[in-house]
Amino acid sequence: MSTEQNRGNLERFTGNVVGPARKGFMDSENAKQRTSQARNLSRLAGLATLLVGILLAAGLCAARPASDNPVPNIFLPQSTPADTIFHLSRFVLTITGSIFLVVFSLLVYAIAKFRIKPRDDAREPAQVYGSTQIELAWTVIPILIVVVLFAATARVIHAIQDAPKPAAAVDVTAIGHQFWWEFRYPDLGVVTANELHIPVSDPAHPTPTFLKLLSADTDHSFWIPQLAGKTDLIPNRVNEMWMDPHSTGVYIGQCAQYCGTQHAKMLLRVYVDSPADFQAWAQTQKQPANQDAKEIAGRRVFENTACVNCHAVGGIGATGRFGPDLTHLMSRQTIASGAADNTHENLRLWIQNPDAIKPGSLMPAMQLDDADLDALVRYLETLR
Amino acid sequence: MSSDAIAIRTADAAGQPWLEALHSWVTTVDHKRLGVLYIVYGLVFLVIGGLEAMIMRVQLMDAHLHIVSPQVFNRMFTMHGTTMIFFVVMPVLFGIANYFVPLMIGARDMAFPRLNAFSFWLTAFGGLLLYFSFVGGSGLYGAGTAPDVGWWAYAPLTSRAFSQGHSSDYWTIALLVSGFGSIGTAINLIATILSLRCPGMTLGRMPLFAWMNLVMSGLVLLALTPLSAAQIMLLIDRYLGGHFFDTQAGGSAAIWMHFFWIFGHPEVYVLVIPAFAFVSEIVPVFSRKPIFGYPIMVGATVCIGFVSMSVWAHHMFTIGMNSYANSFFVFSTMVIAVPTGIKIFNWLGTMWGGKIVFKTPMLFCIGFLFQFLIAGLTGIMLGAAPFNWQLSGSYFVVAHFHYVIVGGILFALFGAFYYWYPKITGRMMSESLGKLHFWLLVIGFHLTFDFMHIPGILGMPRRIYTYEPGRGWEVWNLIVTIGAFVQGIAILIFVANLIISYFKGAKAGNDPWDAWTLEWAVSSPPSSYNFAVIPTVASRRPLWDLKHPEDTDSRYE
Repeated sequence: MSTEQNRGNLERFTGNVVGPARKGFMDSENAKQRTSQARNLSRLAGLATLLVGILLAAGLCAARPASDNPVPNIFLPQSTPADTIFHLSRFVLTITGSIFLVVFSLLVYAIAKFRIKPRDDAREPAQVYGSTQIELAWTVIPILIVVVLFAATARVIHAIQDAPKPAAAVDVTAIGHQFWWEFRYPDLGVVTANELHIPVSDPAHPTPTFLKLLSADTDHSFWIPQLAGKTDLIPNRVNEMWMDPHSTGVYIGQCAQYCGTQHAKMLLRVYVDSPADFQAWAQTQKQPANQDAKEIAGRRVFENTACVNCHAVGGIGATGRFGPDLTHLMSRQTIASGAADNTHENLRLWIQNPDAIKPGSLMPAMQLDDADLDALVRYLETLR
Repeated sequence: MSSDAIAIRTADAAGQPWLEALHSWVTTVDHKRLGVLYIVYGLVFLVIGGLEAMIMRVQLMDAHLHIVSPQVFNRMFTMHGTTMIFFVVMPVLFGIANYFVPLMIGARDMAFPRLNAFSFWLTAFGGLLLYFSFVGGSGLYGAGTAPDVGWWAYAPLTSRAFSQGHSSDYWTIALLVSGFGSIGTAINLIATILSLRCPGMTLGRMPLFAWMNLVMSGLVLLALTPLSAAQIMLLIDRYLGGHFFDTQAGGSAAIWMHFFWIFGHPEVYVLVIPAFAFVSEIVPVFSRKPIFGYPIMVGATVCIGFVSMSVWAHHMFTIGMNSYANSFFVFSTMVIAVPTGIKIFNWLGTMWGGKIVFKTPMLFCIGFLFQFLIAGLTGIMLGAAPFNWQLSGSYFVVAHFHYVIVGGILFALFGAFYYWYPKITGRMMSESLGKLHFWLLVIGFHLTFDFMHIPGILGMPRRIYTYEPGRGWEVWNLIVTIGAFVQGIAILIFVANLIISYFKGAKAGNDPWDAWTLEWAVSSPPSSYNFAVIPTVASRRPLWDLKHPEDTDSRYE
C-alpha cells in the first residue's frame, strides 16, 4: 500500500469522528518538558534512520566480490540452489524493505505530527474508536502481499527440492560424526573425510553432486553457504541435497546444527575440481595405502595401539570406522576436521594431545613416548 | 532484590517483626503479593541470564579466544536461553498478569488463590533446581553439571549415550516442575477472566490487557502440555529403558523436534501477546485516545492464538521435510503476519490524531513498535523456506529472535514497569533515569542486534564457542559485544531506578497518568481485596466515563 494512500485514508478518517468531537480536561503541567521529549523522539527517528543506513552500507561491504580470502557469504552464490535462493532473497528483501519504509514513515510522521505541543490547550483530542474501511484496507492488502510471497516461495521450494537428478550426477554419502565428516563415493569406491571433492558442473552438461545425508550419532547440518542451503543430518533418517558448483575453488562452511562439545570446530571444506582433476583425484583415492618399508616401525605403532580401533588404512587390515579414514591422509590440507593445517608439527601435537587443538574431541591422547610418536608421524606422512 | 520487595511490604505492615513479615510473604495467597514475588524473582534471573550472555559475548569478541572452555560456553548458552525464557520473561509476565488482571476486571483476587501460590512456588523451585546444577557436580569453574544441550535439548544429545551424569535431568525436571506451575497459572487466569468480571463488564468491554492474557493463558495450556509430555517421555528413556528419542535403539530424533516446536512456537506468542497487552494499554493513555479498532484487536489476537498452533515446523525447514510440508508451513507462517500487521496498524491508528505525551512508558512502546516491525519483517524472510535454508541456525536467526524478545517483549515490559510501578509501590519512577535507561538501551540494543544479522549472512552458525579467523566475522562480533555492554549498563540503571524510586520517588497518587482502566480507581498500592465495593462499569473505559460524565464512552459503544 502506498504511503500517500494510507495517510489520505487516515486523515479523511480523523475528520470523520464517530459522534461529536469531544473536549475534556487534561493536566497541562510540564508542557515545556514535553516539547523537549518530542525533540528527543525526532532524534530517535534520526538515529534509527542512521542505523538502518549503516546496516545497509555494512551489508553492501560484506557483499563485495570474494577475493582470495574465502568468506562463506550467502549473497555470493556459486551454484544453482544457492543462486535460486539468492534471487528469492532479493525479492523478499525488496518487499519487506518496502513495507518497512511505509510503516516506518507512518510511525515517524505520527510521532512528529501528533506529539503534544506547548500551544495545545488542555482539551483531550477527538476520541476515535475505529473505522471498518481502514481495518479492511490494512487486512486485505497484507493478505495480497502474503499470497504473492507464498507463490514465489513455493515455486523455489519445488525447483530446488524436486529437481530431477541427471544421469551424469555424482553420488556422495555424507555421514556426520561427533565432530567430523565422513564422505563415501559408492560409485567410485572412494572414502575420505572432512574435505569433499566434487566436479565443477558445466550448465550445458550438468554434473551436479547429490548428497545422501546420514548421521552416526547426533544431529548435524551440512552447510556450504555459497553452494546450497543447509540440510540436517539426523540419525535414523535419510536426507538429500544437491549442488552444482559453477566454478572451481575451495568453498568453506561448517556444521550448522549443535552436535555437542566441539560443534564449533566441525569445519567443512568443499574442493570443486575441474572434471580432469576430479578424475585424477578419484584415481589416487581408490589406491590402497602407500607402503614404505622404511617406516615399518611407525606402522607397527599404528597397528599395535588403539589407533587401529578407530581409523581405517586401506591395504593393511585397519578397518576402524569411528574416526576418519587415513588411507590418503596426506592428500588432505587440514586435520581435525579443518581445525588445523596438515603440517608435521600439528599432526604430532594432534596425536600427542588432541585437546590442545580441539578440546573435547573424541580422539584420545595416545600417551606415546617420543620415539613411537615420531615414528608414527613419519609413517602417517607416507600415506599420500 | 528479594529483600527489597519484602521491604516494600514491611513498610505496609509497620512494626511487624521481620520474621513475621517473611512468613506472611511465604504463605501469602494474595494475587498482588504473588505478582510482586513473580516479578522480583524474574528480575533476579534477568541479571543472572544477562551475566551468562556477557560471558558468551566476551568469548566471541574475537576469533580463537579461549577465555572459557567449549564445555563452559555450551552450558552458558543453554542456561542463558532456558533462564531467559522460562525464569525471566514468563514469571515477569505472569506476575504482571497476576497483579493487574483482577484489578482491571474489578475482582478481589484470582479465582483460585491457593492454586496461584502453589503455581508460583513450583516455578520458583523449578528455577532453583535448574541453578542447583551449577554446584551439583564438579564445582563452579567447570560449571558443574549444568545442562549443555541447548535450550531445545534436541534428541539424541539428551540420551544416556551422549549426556552422562545428571545435567540433562536438571534441565528436564526443572522445566517439568515450572511447567506445571505455568499450567496452573494459565488455568487460574482463564477462570478469573471468565467468571470474576465485575457487573457490567461484558467480554466486549474487557480491557485488551485482560483479553490478551486470556489468549495467552489458552496458549500456555495448549503449548506447555506437549513439552511436559515430551519431557516425561525423555525421563522414561533415560531411566526406565524407553526408546522414544533414543536413536541408538531406533528412536526418533525428529519426533522430539516436533514436540519441542509444537511447544516452542506458541511459546513465542505466550511471551509476545502479553507484550501486546502492555502496548495496548499504554499507547492509548499516552496518545489520549481510546484504542483504535478494539473488536479487530480482539479478533486479531484470537486469530494469532489459533494460527500460532500451526506454524511450528518453520523451525524445522532444514530437517528434510518434503516440498508440500515445507510449502504448508511457509503459508501458515506468512499468514500470521496479517493479524500481527493489523495490530501494528491499530496502534499507529491510536496514535494518529492524538496528543502524544512522551513519558518513559510511551518511549518504550515506540521503541517496541519500531523494533517489533523489523523483527516481524526478518521473520518473513525466515518464513520463506529456501531463504531459511541459508539463514536458519545462523547468527541471523539469533539476531531475529532477540529482536523479538529484547527489542519487542523486553521494551514493552520496561514500558509496563514505568507505567505500573506507581500503582504497585505508590511512588513514581524517576523520569530522568528512565530516559537515560531508554536511550542507552536503544543504542546498546541496535549496536548488538542490528549488527548481529551480518555474521549470519556471512555463514556464522550459532552455538559455536569460537570461530576461525579470516571469515570476515571479527569486526561484527566486536561491535555486538560492545553493544551488549552498553545494554548491561542500561539494565543496571533500570535496577538502580527501581530501588532509588522506591525510597525517593514522588508520591504517585491513585491515578498519575490520567488513565481509564479500573486499577487506577483504587489506592496505590491497592489495599487487600482491592475494592471496598465491587464497581459496576458501563463501557471499556470506566474512568473516562467517571471523569467525563457529560460525554461517556457508553453512549458510543
